[in-house]
Amino acid sequence: MAYGSFVIQKNLSFDIARGDIFIIMGGSGCGKSTLLRHMLGLIAPSRGDILYNGTSFNQASAQQQDTMRRRWGISYQTGGMFSAMTLAENIALPLQLYTEYSKSDIEDIVAYKLALVGLAGYQRYYPAEISGGMRKRAALARAIALDPEILFFDEPSAGLDPISSRLLDDLILELKTSTGATVVMVTHELASIFAIGTRAVYLDATTRTMIDYGAPDYLRDHSEQLVVKEFLTRSAKHKFNTEQSSEASQ
Amino acid sequence: MSKPEATLEIAENEDRDATVFLAGDWLQGQPVPDFNDVSSQLGRMPSRLVLDGSSLESWDSTLMAFILQCHNYCHDHDTVFDTNALPTGAAKLLRLATAVPAHKPPKTQKPRWHPVRSARALVSRMGGVIRDSLSFTGEVSIALARLLTGRSNTRFEDFGHYCYQAGPNALGIISLTSILVGMILAYLGAVQLQQFGAEIYVANLVTIGILREMGVLMTAVVMAGRTGAAYAAQLGTMQTNEEIDAIKTMGISPVEFLVIPRILALMVTMPLLTLYANILGIVGGGIVAGGMGITPLQYFSQTEQALALNHLAVGLIKSVVFAVLIAVAGCRAGINAGRSSAAVGQAATEAVVTAVVYLIVADAALNIMFQVSLV
Repeated sequence: MAYGSFVIQKNLSFDIARGDIFIIMGGSGCGKSTLLRHMLGLIAPSRGDILYNGTSFNQASAQQQDTMRRRWGISYQTGGMFSAMTLAENIALPLQLYTEYSKSDIEDIVAYKLALVGLAGYQRYYPAEISGGMRKRAALARAIALDPEILFFDEPSAGLDPISSRLLDDLILELKTSTGATVVMVTHELASIFAIGTRAVYLDATTRTMIDYGAPDYLRDHSEQLVVKEFLTRSAKHKFNTEQSSEASQ
Repeated sequence: MSKPEATLEIAENEDRDATVFLAGDWLQGQPVPDFNDVSSQLGRMPSRLVLDGSSLESWDSTLMAFILQCHNYCHDHDTVFDTNALPTGAAKLLRLATAVPAHKPPKTQKPRWHPVRSARALVSRMGGVIRDSLSFTGEVSIALARLLTGRSNTRFEDFGHYCYQAGPNALGIISLTSILVGMILAYLGAVQLQQFGAEIYVANLVTIGILREMGVLMTAVVMAGRTGAAYAAQLGTMQTNEEIDAIKTMGISPVEFLVIPRILALMVTMPLLTLYANILGIVGGGIVAGGMGITPLQYFSQTEQALALNHLAVGLIKSVVFAVLIAVAGCRAGINAGRSSAAVGQAATEAVVTAVVYLIVADAALNIMFQVSLV
């Protein structure tokens, strides 16, 4: 992963099993969100490849890429809801684009998706008319509109109070259990990592590579990397890293 | 092998229990039974509705939307809804979907149209806009006074950048519009003047018309659409990103910090652009005059006679006034923008519309003023 000659992360190699809640973690500016953007096909890796069920997204035809994208649901850090559309219109959009549901069926599905995230009855509200936590849940409703096989989240709990954050974690866990979806989540919320994460990768800003990989509990108790242990136990034995600061400013 | 079709069957017993047997694939793209089939097939409202999904093959949100409708139907009719025979995942999702009671949006009654009430609302809205405009103009005046007395927090580091954005970057579009306006003016005049054999006076018409009116006005309209809208979008985005809040909480006036450099940049560049537009407008007129048999020497000699300092001054004075109006309209729209991406677009539109109205009103007022003072 690189911007021009500036390498963000290198030598990344890991698998995500079906049904995992996979956590991408690391300090600020280590390239977590960039890795997610690579996984979503928004940026092509400068070297190597990302495979979905053995198929490379970047080498697939435009039609294959569309088919693959339809199996993904994405919830961005700020929600990414279209501000000029109501919540119902936001959620209905992928259904209108990619399914053959009739108008009334779409209305029923939208009502169900909103109910699922605790927003039943909010169809006619605009994103600006609801709170930040509700916007995140509405974004989740849009992300699951097409019953995706893989759900991607970029900092789902950022800016939420602890109760809303916990409820969102429970919702993600419940969705994953009920639908069997795989979840890939970028976060540095320790509570979320331990509550729902099944496996995690730690990206290091200093060495610019992944330095540990495994179940969050196992990494906390047995990781040989001091920085991973510190991260997962919220302790700090060294000061701010200048590498991180310079990278964050890129 | 074809997929098993989604079906439902309803069985009712004497205890007023109804069981809906769901079978097959309830998937997107498959024909599935409608919820209305259930409500219409039920003879009378059962006391208990059981959903039996033991024969379901595979399912997605299509089934869940159906189940939720059944749940809401039972809830509305005080009927017991039994989901024990549903697949575990579906039952879990239903529990999740019904965990929070549905929000009932407040009923807003649309008031009936009433001419007096509508007129009053319109006047009130216009009053608000005028009050806001005056208030903003006041803030700008105070900020300018502080700048002149050396007590301002105005940041001049970006001044050169604003000048470059408003000036050299606009030369292409100004060139095109000015030449064309000069040609149009010459053509309109020539058609009339030819009838009297006075084609040579096209040069006078173009020179005076461009210097006093069209050169500066067209430049101002282009700048309102280009720079005014850009100011509104820049400041509107800053408002959305809470940058303006950050400036205020640092104790810095956003007008001094953000608005004044932009106004000054436009005040510097507009007269220069107007001069440039004037020259190209006269050249544009010359092209049309050439087509009518007037030699370049005759045209420019006649232009020289018509070219008076007072005409040039009128255009340049207007350009400074217009610059202030465009910058104020753009910055006001940006600073007062809402906090959504749609609001940034609205601010840009408002900036252009307001600036064009300001320009026309100011142009009329300045023309009357110059007429009275015989400039």
